[in-house]
Amino acid sequence: MADLIIFLALLASGYTVGRIAERRHYRSIVAREKDMANVMVFTNRFPPLTQLASQALVTGSVVVSEDYFKRVVSGLQSLFGGRLRAYESLLDRARREAVLRMKQEARDKGAKMIINVKFQTFSIPGRNPNSFGAVEVMAYGTALTPR
Amino acid sequence: MLLSNLEIVPGHRIVKHLGLVQGSTVRSKHLGKDIMAGLKNIVGGELKGYTELLQEARQEATERMIKQAQAIGANAVLNIRFSTSSITQGAAEMLAYGTAVVLAE
Repeated sequence: MADLIIFLALLASGYTVGRIAERRHYRSIVAREKDMANVMVFTNRFPPLTQLASQALVTGSVVVSEDYFKRVVSGLQSLFGGRLRAYESLLDRARREAVLRMKQEARDKGAKMIINVKFQTFSIPGRNPNSFGAVEVMAYGTALTPR
Repeated sequence: MLLSNLEIVPGHRIVKHLGLVQGSTVRSKHLGKDIMAGLKNIVGGELKGYTELLQEARQEATERMIKQAQAIGANAVLNIRFSTSSITQGAAEMLAYGTAVVLAE
């Protein structure tokens, strides 16, 4: 009985706090994306030939973990397969956050664009083999600053 | 030392290719941070301790790569890639590699 109460308490706190945190994070992402819209991001391998620019390697990374509610729900969903919406939004947030941090670094250096952007995702193994642990998303590219 | 993940540098010419250089480091999680992360796992969100840990590790790997490039007389490393792999539970290897070159105006 005590176990059940603890489980439900964890589930409820994961759901409410996790949800509020996710909404707040999305609001902050949208606001900062608008703010940084002047730094353009491309996956081109070659810089535009029309202007000379100095360049620098920029990176942005973030480690996110899922909440207790998402872990339980996706654990149940994965019995049937298909989309795991809980993780989709988590990774979407992480990737956009990583890009924003990369853009921030580029803007601090006075850059106007970032090219050859690559993503890398690394799932951090937990001590317990059954746990999802956390995932790191990193974005890197070359920032070009017009001379 | 110029670092870039492009293959060319606008306004510069590659005078000499010196080959592959790499730097890596293996880091494990701090127990205190791990406990904090375990608590944070209930409500989800960013694990700032881990973000910093992995950034530091990547910085270290990049510095080792730069040292190797300096040792063979390069002034730039191009086409840099990063890679991360997990060795055992709770430990990760960060690798940075690229091509060392000598650039001239």
